[in-house]
Amino acid sequence: MNSSIVRTLLVRGMLAGLAAGLLALVTAYFLGEPRVDAAIAYEEAHAAHAHEHGVEAVSRSMQSTAGLSTGVLVYGVAFGGIAALAYCFALGRIGRFGPRASALLLAAAGLIAVYVVPFLKYPANPPAVGDPDTIGQRTTLYFLMTVLSVLLAVGAVILGRRLAPRFGNWNATLAASAFFVLVVGLGYAFLPSFDEVPKDFPGTLLWQFRLAALAVQATLWTAFGLIFGVLAERALAPRPERHTPVTHPATAAR
Amino acid sequence: MAQSAVQPTTAPTAVPAKLPVSAIAPWAVFFGILMLVLLYFVGAEQGATSLLSGENVHEWVHDARHLLGFPCH
Repeated sequence: MNSSIVRTLLVRGMLAGLAAGLLALVTAYFLGEPRVDAAIAYEEAHAAHAHEHGVEAVSRSMQSTAGLSTGVLVYGVAFGGIAALAYCFALGRIGRFGPRASALLLAAAGLIAVYVVPFLKYPANPPAVGDPDTIGQRTTLYFLMTVLSVLLAVGAVILGRRLAPRFGNWNATLAASAFFVLVVGLGYAFLPSFDEVPKDFPGTLLWQFRLAALAVQATLWTAFGLIFGVLAERALAPRPERHTPVTHPATAAR
Repeated sequence: MAQSAVQPTTAPTAVPAKLPVSAIAPWAVFFGILMLVLLYFVGAEQGATSLLSGENVHEWVHDARHLLGFPCH
């Protein structure tokens, strides 16, 4: 019984992730692609010291449509599944929140822990930004930052729940948030940074690209939270059999 | 009277029951790993590390990798 609920939520999480991925794809295509193209144009104008792509294995038009879709949708489904599993653990354990509010809170926490915290230290870079020689280091640190941030967020939630009976929900939440921000700040201070933006790379283009990347994630996680919340609520509380007759107060009063 | 009969189903304080960890764990382990493998192929394969030779995976998801915030190259 419980196992089948987990399976239902997992499937619905992946479907919600797919739907959210479609919306994120729209954002990525219309806000992100123009900036990727502009950055590639810059890269080609400076081809002498940029890394050479060699023979194009995949054309630009494929990369910006089918390739982009594959990446964003797989990402959406994968995080939808992971978030649904996290939701199974969170349900009823994070305070007095119903199924929909829990889903939205989880999505907000996911956006912050999975994306915003690593992004503030290692922001998304357009083509032409980033030294190919440090790709190994940057990838390791990016994933390390993501894992630490997620573990820390889980830790902060557990801490908040432990403190709640003694200090009340408000103060416990403040204390747990302060703990999270403090440790993230320490991570920012001690992990190495990279400044690999070419000297004459347009500042506005970099800013617009990074805003677009943030918008893609905000779309993905917000849409996931809202869609999954509805799907989860229906899975958890099958709709009451008597809907139409009882709800009309005039007929009910008689 | 009819209204009070409806209220319990829509009460705002209804907290969903906890799901036992033992019921979640097998799903979490198997599908958690599967999802992480998918994320690896979208985010890092043929960038920092390569399980498959060539550049095709990297080139195919190139734009997604940049826009999803992964270090690409």
